[in-house]
Amino acid sequence: MASHLVLLVTFAFFVSVVFALLSKDSPADQIRFGGLLMAGFLAAGFVLGWLMYVFPF
Amino acid sequence: MPVPVAAEQRSSSWLLLLCVAAWAVPGAGHLWLGRRTKGVLLLIALPLMFAIGLAIQGRLFPFEISLADPLVSLAAFADLGIGLSYFVASALGFGAGEVRAVTYEYGNTFLIVAGLLNLLVVIDAYDTAVGRK
Repeated sequence: MASHLVLLVTFAFFVSVVFALLSKDSPADQIRFGGLLMAGFLAAGFVLGWLMYVFPF
Repeated sequence: MPVPVAAEQRSSSWLLLLCVAAWAVPGAGHLWLGRRTKGVLLLIALPLMFAIGLAIQGRLFPFEISLADPLVSLAAFADLGIGLSYFVASALGFGAGEVRAVTYEYGNTFLIVAGLLNLLVVIDAYDTAVGRK
């Protein structure tokens, strides 16, 4: 389990699940919010990863 | 049949007990309050996240007051947020942390965030109990 991508997705999944459960009450809202949150985490991870790619350190 | 207790009638000792239970076992507070789906999902998600952190060589930070490395103490408090799992894992020898492992920092992040998320869960259980949610 040394894949950075798998760990990124796993982390985003768990954090999104917990935040969705705490923030919304209805299952439909929880799924929608959790999905958006996870997509946001993944998008931010990819964008920041590519931005940092140019740095030599 | 148990009589439902109004939020304003709940004593402070009852609320304290609820918060301790919610901290000790993630999701227990919500289960106690009858939020079964939420409680069960939290009971699965947070300990699993904690277990993954241990499995990928994360470290359970020790409680030591050091001005040279104050973040270690903060990380220890965050780790402790997961409740009883912290003590069970420590007693079984998990969480030593392998700093040479490529997943070491990821493991620390999983452990710390699982603990901090459980503290948010405790606050949510308290808010639910007093009728704010």
